[in-house]
Amino acid sequence: MMPVRKLPALKLKAAALAAALSLGLMAAPGAQAAEGNIEIPDTRYSFDGLFGTFDRGELQRGFQVYKEVCAACHSMRLLSYRNLRDIGLSAEQVAAVAASYQIQDGPNDDGEMFERPGRASDRFRRPFPNDAAARAANNGALPPDLSVIVKARVGGADYIHALLTGYEDPPPAGVTVMEGMYYNKYFPGHQIGMAPPINSDGQIQYADGTRATVDQMTRDVSAFLAWAAEPELETRRAMGVRIILFLIILGGLTYAVKRKIWARVGGDPVT
Amino acid sequence: MASGLHESSFTNPVVRWIDQRMPVFTMMQKEYGTFPTPRNFNYFWNFGALAMINLMIMIATGIFLAMNYTAHTSLAFESVERIMRDVNYGWLIRYVHMNGASMFFIVVIVHIWRNLYYGSYKAPRELLWMLGVTIFLLMMATAFMGYVLPWGQMSFWGATVITNLFSAIPLVGDAIVTLLWGGFSVDNPTLNRFFSLHYLLPFVIAGVVFLHIAALHITGSNNPLGIEPKGPQDTLPFHPYYTIKDSVGIIVYLIVFAFLVFFSPNYLGHPDNYIPANPLVTPAHIVPEWYFLPFYAILRAVPNKLGGVLMMFGAIAILFVLPWLDRSPVRSMRFRPIAKWFLMLWGVNFFVLMWAGGMPAEGVYVLIARLSTAYYFAYFLVILPLLAKIERPLPLPESIAKAVLRGGGPLPGAAVAKPMEKA
Repeated sequence: MMPVRKLPALKLKAAALAAALSLGLMAAPGAQAAEGNIEIPDTRYSFDGLFGTFDRGELQRGFQVYKEVCAACHSMRLLSYRNLRDIGLSAEQVAAVAASYQIQDGPNDDGEMFERPGRASDRFRRPFPNDAAARAANNGALPPDLSVIVKARVGGADYIHALLTGYEDPPPAGVTVMEGMYYNKYFPGHQIGMAPPINSDGQIQYADGTRATVDQMTRDVSAFLAWAAEPELETRRAMGVRIILFLIILGGLTYAVKRKIWARVGGDPVT
Repeated sequence: MASGLHESSFTNPVVRWIDQRMPVFTMMQKEYGTFPTPRNFNYFWNFGALAMINLMIMIATGIFLAMNYTAHTSLAFESVERIMRDVNYGWLIRYVHMNGASMFFIVVIVHIWRNLYYGSYKAPRELLWMLGVTIFLLMMATAFMGYVLPWGQMSFWGATVITNLFSAIPLVGDAIVTLLWGGFSVDNPTLNRFFSLHYLLPFVIAGVVFLHIAALHITGSNNPLGIEPKGPQDTLPFHPYYTIKDSVGIIVYLIVFAFLVFFSPNYLGHPDNYIPANPLVTPAHIVPEWYFLPFYAILRAVPNKLGGVLMMFGAIAILFVLPWLDRSPVRSMRFRPIAKWFLMLWGVNFFVLMWAGGMPAEGVYVLIARLSTAYYFAYFLVILPLLAKIERPLPLPESIAKAVLRGGGPLPGAAVAKPMEKA
């Protein structure tokens, strides 16, 4: 499993908060200190910024990459097939995707477990029955569940994209990579157990005809994982805009009332 | 009127009927309606009301979270994510609760800062202040246990580190840790008791808040000048003057809160807490939530474990005796030309500690944390007692009204809420 480097973000936050709270008395000197940070390149996504939204086409392509590449080893056990309605699949398409998997169910009246085609309400089928089986099939390494991976890594979707494109073979001079490991620029410690999963243009055939370059596929799957981690993102931001606009108007009115009431006693005191 | 009934001034028959038998309306009118409040509050005086609102938000969202949360090591992480995905507006409730904790600490830290700056802790408000420190301590315990509940990596390892601190206590330390854990490591029994206590403590806080407000309504509020109101010209009825002024503050607070919840809900959190707890994998750096960082820095500044634990708790404990450490008769820092700057430095120093607490405990960070820790305590133990003796405070104004009213003189009838032309 992966030891995760997360300190820089927290330093930044603590420093930023401190700066904000102390009214600018303290800058953020801690932000870039210490421990050989690797700069994660900024991938421009449609959902960046405060008001960004997901690109449904990109999410559907990303799901295709997940389904055809990542799902061989990585589970997404917090998602159900029905969730795919959110990325623009119709009910029939969702039913078809679900039905293409055999899901274990049971026990039936005879006490036997049995397999049946998946339904929209089923969770994404896991590639391995348990963690031990996953490790056994992966040289001892456990492929992490990807449901909330974007929230669980510093850099989020940028990091995922960087990781997927950060393999170097051969590794830089002077670096010895252990047996069964791969060199990756962006992985903490640089040695990762996952072989480069997306490694050649045209590795998959996109259903929408988009040219499947490595960059395209890695971007798409990172966007899909960002959606999977925060499916509420668009609702949340839309609601936030409305609530904050409402509060600003209410605040203006309240302040006006306050001025009016205080005018009875000569306005705000001299302080 | 029948004997034994309360003399009610309300005319609405239903209100009057209740009020005669249980004078809650009279009480509200007295404590929140006509309650004489110094007329010169600035916006720092919003933060008590904000803390109250915040506590109510936390309890309300917490109750709904508890309906959908499962306190079991194998289900807790997933149940939180189910709240985020499958409960109607579950993501909203959870993000409000999660960021509400941070907002609560921001509000309370500003509230405490206002006390330090305007000397609100001094006689006759010592007990009021001590009840406040008690609330702060209870909040920290509650927040710590709440952070354990999602059962992510930081939940688990934070719980392990913090509960282990108690093992530093001589003789009974290990027994206490076993008791906290309900076993021999942080595990399911720990999660269960933390959940139970996390649900209980906010109501204990609410109880202490009640005492805090009861005490406040005996002594009355302090004010930016730090001098007591001498008569009706120095005060205004709480309603409508401060109900409306607090409302302005509440809306600004809600805007900040909403920005966090809707646009960067995970900014103050830690990515590792979205990795399910794993007792076999230790995170590279275990860091507490931001509001614990100053105290974490103090803990790590001391090379001895027991010493560090004592200093960390001492940093809070010292606040309890602050009214007796600062013997200066002048409350407000406005009239304390030297102490004011030492307090400003103390404020900056608090943020230095916060920053140092988030850094690895090595090299120059340790030195900075030690110097900051020394100043944190020196301010209370050396500087304030000394300044009480040597500092010459500026002359205090004769009265609040004299100092703050335009034109200097008291406005006749200003204390009653009646329209008046501006002079």
